[in-house]
Amino acid sequence: MTEPGRFSLTDGAAVFEGTLDITAAAAMWRQVMQAAPRAIDARKITRLDSAGAVLLLEAARLHNATLTPPEDATAGGVLARMQKALAAAPPIAQAPQPDPVTRLGLAVIAGGQGLIRRIAFLGEVTQGVANTFWRPWRLRRVEVLRHLDEAGTRGFGLCMLLGALLGVILSFQSSIPMRKFGAEIFIPQLVGISLLRELGPLMAAIILAGRSASAYAAELGTMRVNEEVDALSTMGVDTVQWLVLPRILAAVLVMPVLALVVNITGLLGMALVMGSLGFPAALVLAQLREWVDPGDLIGGLVKAAMFGLAIGLIGCRAGLRAGGGPRAVGDAATSAVVGSIIAVVVMDGVLAVIFFRMGW
Amino acid sequence: MEPVIEARDLAMRFGEKTVFKNVSFDVRRGEIFVILGGSGCGKSTLLKLLIGLHRPSAGHARVLGEELGLLTGQPRRHALSRIGVMWQQGALLGSLNLIENVALPMEQHSALPPEARIALARAKLGLVGLGDAGSKLPSEISGGMLKRAGIARAMALDADILFLDEPSAGLDPVTSAGLDALIMSLSRETGTTFIVVTHELQSILAIGDRCIMLDKSAQGIIAEGDPKLLRDTATDPTVRAFFRREAR
Repeated sequence: MTEPGRFSLTDGAAVFEGTLDITAAAAMWRQVMQAAPRAIDARKITRLDSAGAVLLLEAARLHNATLTPPEDATAGGVLARMQKALAAAPPIAQAPQPDPVTRLGLAVIAGGQGLIRRIAFLGEVTQGVANTFWRPWRLRRVEVLRHLDEAGTRGFGLCMLLGALLGVILSFQSSIPMRKFGAEIFIPQLVGISLLRELGPLMAAIILAGRSASAYAAELGTMRVNEEVDALSTMGVDTVQWLVLPRILAAVLVMPVLALVVNITGLLGMALVMGSLGFPAALVLAQLREWVDPGDLIGGLVKAAMFGLAIGLIGCRAGLRAGGGPRAVGDAATSAVVGSIIAVVVMDGVLAVIFFRMGW
Repeated sequence: MEPVIEARDLAMRFGEKTVFKNVSFDVRRGEIFVILGGSGCGKSTLLKLLIGLHRPSAGHARVLGEELGLLTGQPRRHALSRIGVMWQQGALLGSLNLIENVALPMEQHSALPPEARIALARAKLGLVGLGDAGSKLPSEISGGMLKRAGIARAMALDADILFLDEPSAGLDPVTSAGLDALIMSLSRETGTTFIVVTHELQSILAIGDRCIMLDKSAQGIIAEGDPKLLRDTATDPTVRAFFRREAR
């Protein structure tokens, strides 16, 4: 039976006895440090583990106290070993924080470097596209089809659900104020135009960003962490043509289809609400024909394709610039989704202004 | 000397595939015990079985008197605080620096205040020669350093038994020899029992007090004893080929 560890303070000296193990060290650590002993007497320690040894050594170091080692040879050996280990591991000094002006400067430089890297990536992709036009057989069509399937056909269900709900919500919400003016008949016009021009492509883009941009970033990020991207480069494979273009092409091709699915199901949802308000389907269709122009649909689908390009680019770039470790893959996926959504919303705003100025 | 690990008639099957069967051995306190064999013979599976991550299809393995796979709650926590495991790739948490990684078992199994955990983690890293790398993230250090940090984490609580999975695999000869020297010095100075899973011949001969050799086609142990003695006296063709690095 081992004697439990004890510590007492006599004339500024901390005297330890018995077993000083991790449990005893945890119980007395703060007491010993607060006592600030000038000397530490460990002679009567009968058993010592590494936590106990670190307590003695840290107390001696922090309070500049003299340390008398245990008389027990084994305990003395543990203390000597941990003393050597701690001497090889000095406390980590906190790096000084730069002042606000330096931080601002560093942020501006980092921002500038990030912009340059983005432009360089865009250049690489443009070069990859040009190379593909020159040697189209090098494009991996199977990969394009795989990504079309993953981003497109597997996303149709979600697009249909969200599109229908969007149509229902828009119709119900707009029916409340419009009823006051007896203008419910204009709901198909309102919902139709806003869906086809804005909300359909935007909703499809958010779905693609959530499903595919993150998948692109995670897949490419993992390949980068596993050095597969480096392996492709050293084999002379154009990584942009091999990895990036199939994904971007799939995103550009699939986005108008997804937007169309959201549009159609949104209009069906609207027709359902109109039916519940007493407007027959033929009347709703006539309203749509009268007010909604094919240009609205085409403009929305062109916009969707542009969103697809942005999402594909951002997702692939986030993956290819991933750092090391599993955390880097998570960070890449997050940055792909956030970056895609921000880019899509900004692009939507800019395109809305351009379309308005052009009278579309 | 009392055994700290007793394995009796262990068998492991995944579906129809038998990895090994009738595996029995004892590990004595303070020795460096090596589980060796070619790729795919079930070395790492046996290790996972010993530490309770897998349940054996037959037989039992007692570590410090307990079958770890059967324990739950506080007894399991207590038993786990007495063993340490170094995984093949280090398995350090990528979001924590080395000090935080090493301090993690202390946080789980002791009441040490944060400043004490940091000091103890520093000391453990100092023991494995990583005293100046405590603030680094796992992604910022080399494979050899990852393995050494893995050992530091495994011995954070002064475990009675350390299980090391392929400690020197993929390392250069100098780093590998350094790791072997570290294991031997820790064994000598702390009296810790080491269970080392490896197929690195030089390492086996350098550190192993005793070993068992598993074989894929025999689905079990084909040799047991002092590795140097096995190298010099084994008559089994598979064992001879392994220790003499002969192609078969």
